[in-house]
Amino acid sequence: MSTAAELKRLYHKGKKRKIIVILSIFIALLIAVLVSVSLGAGSPGFEAAIRVIFSKIFPFLNIDPGSKLTQSIILDLRLPRIVLAIIAGAGLAASGATMQGALRNPLVSSYILGISAAAGFGAALAIVFGIGVLGGVGSYLVIVNAFIFSLLAMVIVYGVARLRGVTTETVILAGVAIGFLFSALLALIQYLAPQYEALQAVVFWLMGGLTKASWEGILIVFPIVVVTVVLMVQQSWNINVMSMGEEVATSLGVTSKRVLTITMVLETLATASIISFTGVIGFVCLISPHISRMLIGSDHRFLIPCSALVGACLLLCSDTVGRLVLQPTELPVGIVTSLLGVPFFIYILVSKRRQSWR
Amino acid sequence: MALKLTINKLSFNYTSFPVLKDVDLTVDLGEILSIVGPNGSGKSTFLKCINRILKTKQNTVLIDGKDASKINLKELSKIMGYVPQNSTSTFPFTVFDMVLMGRKPHIHWSLSERDYEIVAETMNFLGINELAMRHFNELSSGEQQKVIIARALAQQPQILLLDEPTSNLDIKHQLEILNILKCLAQSKHCSVIVAMHDLNLASRFSDRLLIIKQGCIFAVGTPESVLTEENIESVYGVKSRVTNSVLDRPQVTPIVSVSNGVENSKIASQITSKHK
Repeated sequence: MSTAAELKRLYHKGKKRKIIVILSIFIALLIAVLVSVSLGAGSPGFEAAIRVIFSKIFPFLNIDPGSKLTQSIILDLRLPRIVLAIIAGAGLAASGATMQGALRNPLVSSYILGISAAAGFGAALAIVFGIGVLGGVGSYLVIVNAFIFSLLAMVIVYGVARLRGVTTETVILAGVAIGFLFSALLALIQYLAPQYEALQAVVFWLMGGLTKASWEGILIVFPIVVVTVVLMVQQSWNINVMSMGEEVATSLGVTSKRVLTITMVLETLATASIISFTGVIGFVCLISPHISRMLIGSDHRFLIPCSALVGACLLLCSDTVGRLVLQPTELPVGIVTSLLGVPFFIYILVSKRRQSWR
Repeated sequence: MALKLTINKLSFNYTSFPVLKDVDLTVDLGEILSIVGPNGSGKSTFLKCINRILKTKQNTVLIDGKDASKINLKELSKIMGYVPQNSTSTFPFTVFDMVLMGRKPHIHWSLSERDYEIVAETMNFLGINELAMRHFNELSSGEQQKVIIARALAQQPQILLLDEPTSNLDIKHQLEILNILKCLAQSKHCSVIVAMHDLNLASRFSDRLLIIKQGCIFAVGTPESVLTEENIESVYGVKSRVTNSVLDRPQVTPIVSVSNGVENSKIASQITSKHK
C-alpha cells in the first residue's frame, strides 16, 4: 500500500507544479500591466501612473494624483485599453482551449463556428449601410450588429449540425461552411460599398484593435467573459473525458452532444461579446491553448485558466508593442499578435520534444 | 451488492441492415463470459448496446430487472465499465490523469482524497505504478490496454465489458490481462463480458462461451460444450480439430477454410488423413 500512497504524493506534486506555473504567468501578467501603463504617447511614466492608480484605489491615503492631463491619460486612455486587452485575450484564449478540447481538434479556434465572418458581416452592414438589426446609434449600431450576427452564425451552425446529429465532424464542417457563406456576404458588401471611407472603416474593423476601449464597453464585456469562462472551467471534466472519443465519454456517463452544445453556447457568447467591441482579433485563441498545453499538459481543469492567462499576457504585450513601435501612429493589435506570436509559437513548437496533440 | 444482467430480445440495426436479431441472454454474477464469432457477426455491437453507446429499444437490457434505458447515463456508468478495442487520445494525458477519468461518474464538483486513493490502488492492482506520470500515447499497446482497463476499474463497475482486449498484444500481455480479469471476477464478483477472436484464449479463461453468428446466438455454454468441430465449421466455415489442451480445456486447431475452392479442400483432406 506504500506504493499507492507514493503514487498519490507524486500526483499531488505534479498538480502543485501546474499551480505554480499558472501563478507565474499571473505574475508575468501583472508585470506586463505595470510596464504597459507606464509607456506610451504622452509624458506620464511609471511613477506618475502608479500614483494615479493608487490614489483611485485607496482614496483615504491622500496620494497626490498629479495633473488633470496625467490622470486623463492614465485612467481614460491607457487603463481601459489594458483592461480590455486582458479581458479579450483571456476570453478568446479560454474559448479556444474549450473548443479545441470539445471538438477534439488542435486546429480549431474560437472562430470555428464562422463567428468572425458573421461578426464582420454584421459590422459591415452597419458601417456601410447604417442598417441595424436592433436599434442603437453610432458605434453601438456596429457593436450590436456584430454581436447579433455572431449569435446567428452559431444558431445556424447548431441547426445544421443537429440535422445530422451533433458530432464534432458535423459541427466543424457546418462551421466552416457558414463561415464561408458570411465571408462571401461580407465581400459582397465591400464590393458594393458606395464610399471609399466606409470601405476603409470596414477593413479597419476587420483588422481588430483595442483603440476604442472604454469603461462602458468593459462594463458590458467583463461580466459576460467572467461568467462564461467560469462555466467553461466547470465543463473541464466533461471535456477531458470527451478527448477519448464519444463512445468512451458515453461509457463514463458523459453525453457528448450535451457538452458540445453547452460549450458552443458559452464560447459564442464570450467570443461574440469580445469581438463586437474589438473587431476580429485572431490567433490568440489558437495559439494560447497550445502554449499552455506545452506548459502544463492537457487537463482542462488547469488548461482553461492557464490559456486565459497566456492569452491575456499575449494580447496585452502585443497591444503595448503595437502602441509604441510606430509612434505617433500605432499598429493594429491583430497584426502585432501574429508578428510576435508566430515566431514564439514556432520556437516552442520545435524546442519541445513532446507533441501537444496527436 | 450483486447485479444480474439480463438481455431480452435485443435487436439492433445500423440504418437498414440488421446487426443483432432477438438476442436473449442472462449473465451470472462473477462469471467471465466470452463472445466469439466471425468478423462482422455483431460482437462489438452487442457490447455497445449493453452499454447504451448504441441506443436500443426499451426493456431489452435489464439490470436487476430494471430497464437500463431508463437508468440515468451517469448512474449506469457507475455500474458498467467499458474497454474499447482501440484507444487514442487527441491530446496528451498522463496515465494517472487517464485513470482518474474513470472517477468521472462519481465526481460531483471536485475530487476527494478517496478518488485519488481508488485510482492509486487500481494502478497498484494492475501493476502500472511506474507508468503513472508517463504520457498515454507514448506507451506500448499492452501498457495502454492495462491503463484503459485501470480506468474502467476506477469506475468500480459491477459489470465490465471489453472489446477484444488482447487483439494487439504479445502472449505475455495476453495472459496478464486475462488473469487480471479472472482475478477481478473471482475476488470482486464483477461480471466480465469479453469479445474475443482467439478461441483458445477464450476457451482457457472463460466460464461460459457465447458463439454469435450473423447477429444471432448460435451456441452458449461451457467451452467444452460449445467449442466443437461442427460448431466451428458452421460458424466460421473452417475445418478444425478440437483436442484437449495441457490445461484440460478444449483447444482448437484450425486447418482449412472450406469455402475457398478445390485447392484448399485437397490440402484439408491431406492433413486430416495424415492425422487419422
